[in-house]
Amino acid sequence: MTAVPRAKANAFSALLHRSPRLRLAALLTAPAGWLVLVYIAALAALLVTAFWTVDTYTGQVSTVWTTENIVTVLTDPVYQRITLRTLWIAVAVTVIDMILALPIAFFIAKVASARWEKLLVVAVLMPLWASYLVKAYAWRNVLAEGGLLEWLGAPIGLSSPGYGETAVILTLSYIWLPYMILPIYAGFDRVPDSLLEASGDLGAKPLTTMRLVMLPLLVPSIIAGTIFTFSLSLGDYITAQIVGGTTQMLGTVVYANVGAANNLPFAAAVSLVPIAIIMFYLFIVRRTGALNNL
Amino acid sequence: MRLSRGAKAVLGAITALVLLFIYTPLLLVVVNSFNADRTFGWPPKGFTLEWWGKAFDSPGVREAVISSLWVAVVSTIISLLLGTLLALSLQRYAFFGRDVINLLVILPIALPGVVTGIALNNMFTTILGVPLSLWTVVIAHATFCMVTVFNNVIARLRRMSGGLEEASADLGAGVFTTFNLVTFPQLRSALLAGGLLAFALSFDEIIVTTFTIGAGETTLPIWILQNLFRPNQAPVVNVVAVVLIVVSIVPIWLAQRLSGDSVRVSQARVKAPVR
Repeated sequence: MTAVPRAKANAFSALLHRSPRLRLAALLTAPAGWLVLVYIAALAALLVTAFWTVDTYTGQVSTVWTTENIVTVLTDPVYQRITLRTLWIAVAVTVIDMILALPIAFFIAKVASARWEKLLVVAVLMPLWASYLVKAYAWRNVLAEGGLLEWLGAPIGLSSPGYGETAVILTLSYIWLPYMILPIYAGFDRVPDSLLEASGDLGAKPLTTMRLVMLPLLVPSIIAGTIFTFSLSLGDYITAQIVGGTTQMLGTVVYANVGAANNLPFAAAVSLVPIAIIMFYLFIVRRTGALNNL
Repeated sequence: MRLSRGAKAVLGAITALVLLFIYTPLLLVVVNSFNADRTFGWPPKGFTLEWWGKAFDSPGVREAVISSLWVAVVSTIISLLLGTLLALSLQRYAFFGRDVINLLVILPIALPGVVTGIALNNMFTTILGVPLSLWTVVIAHATFCMVTVFNNVIARLRRMSGGLEEASADLGAGVFTTFNLVTFPQLRSALLAGGLLAFALSFDEIIVTTFTIGAGETTLPIWILQNLFRPNQAPVVNVVAVVLIVVSIVPIWLAQRLSGDSVRVSQARVKAPVR
């Protein structure tokens, strides 16, 4: 027993037993309070800060209201270019991962034997947890001058793309690939075999079955995968820093304005761009039921 | 649908290639930590343990390991408490606003790390005026680590029957006694698995950390980022990267064995986001 006298503890326990509401309040207050006070408050504050300015003399944030930050982000050609480049990288990464993930997910779910299926799922899952930083760093190794890729490519006349936009796309596709494979695998796994057999018995060729039976059932899983690859790529800046050479993404601008440039309101305004794009994307796909597949 | 042998073989070959693509860069880091060549030319010129020795002797690395461990342990403890409480309330009770809270929990892992990072940075520095330190990193990490604990515990609660707890209450056990003797023992392995995942997640998180860490502090990932572009440190960075791989993969492997619940993708985020 604790330091609380037994009778008192018992009375408290009895009170909790009688009142489910009290029990719920006791459970919920701390975690819900944390999420609201720490996270939701922070997001709300971010939105507000985007409309403030920085005092040029003191370098402190001053609470003078202005829409200048937002206007600059939306109209300055520099930031328009960066936004478009970031969007292009995110879309390219998503498409590459989709093309790579579909056959492997199909193989694991429908072709491999039960034992292999388990092994392969773990094999895909493990690197998902290896540090994001280490994976980006690993690609710095692969792409290095005189590194593995040059050595592999030399006999067929290919050279490493070096550090730049292509390297960013390649590395991000690599990092987020398991996030695409797993939901699609789960989607294939849920398609009953009998459905595929019925389609085959009725004379459909494998490709027809895939197009007419499987693909429509898979759409929510594929979209669930794209939510990860797309939104995670949109916010990236570490990969751009490590293998991107001089490539700037939205995240790079955010980070530069928090650190070196010391303009938090502007950084806040820039960070609203990926938030808006992701919200818009989630809004478009919410009807497909993809959100339940996350 | 019957696939021809050829089609199956092609699919198998693609799978093997993709797995090769997934594992080669990670293996390359491991191999290069023993590569005698400073610039990681391929193929390796010789085998050396020099970099491993240097990494062990480096005071910077040692300090960073201690900070990382401290942050990971404290944020794991906080997220174990909060995640369990949250799972118990969302699974056992129906109340107004439950769906909102359900959505709130996954938000820290659904939004890109940059957003979480700058939102917390802005909250600490501009709004609250709190100086950044390792404690602000802990608060940030606990916010998203909570999700992995929550996911593991709620999955376990869904499979547990409430009957045992009712029986315990009928036999006269109080609320706390029932939790100690009936609920907790059933949750133990789920808590261990969730805790291990949270630890791994926190230990190598970089994006949110860069936004919330104090100026003089370094965690292991921050140390890598700071030394990445210094040519004479590159071999040691490789060794630290291998340590990060091992420290994050071993707990995950253990957690998988313990929980039996399949680990969902959304738990992994932030590794990203590493989340």
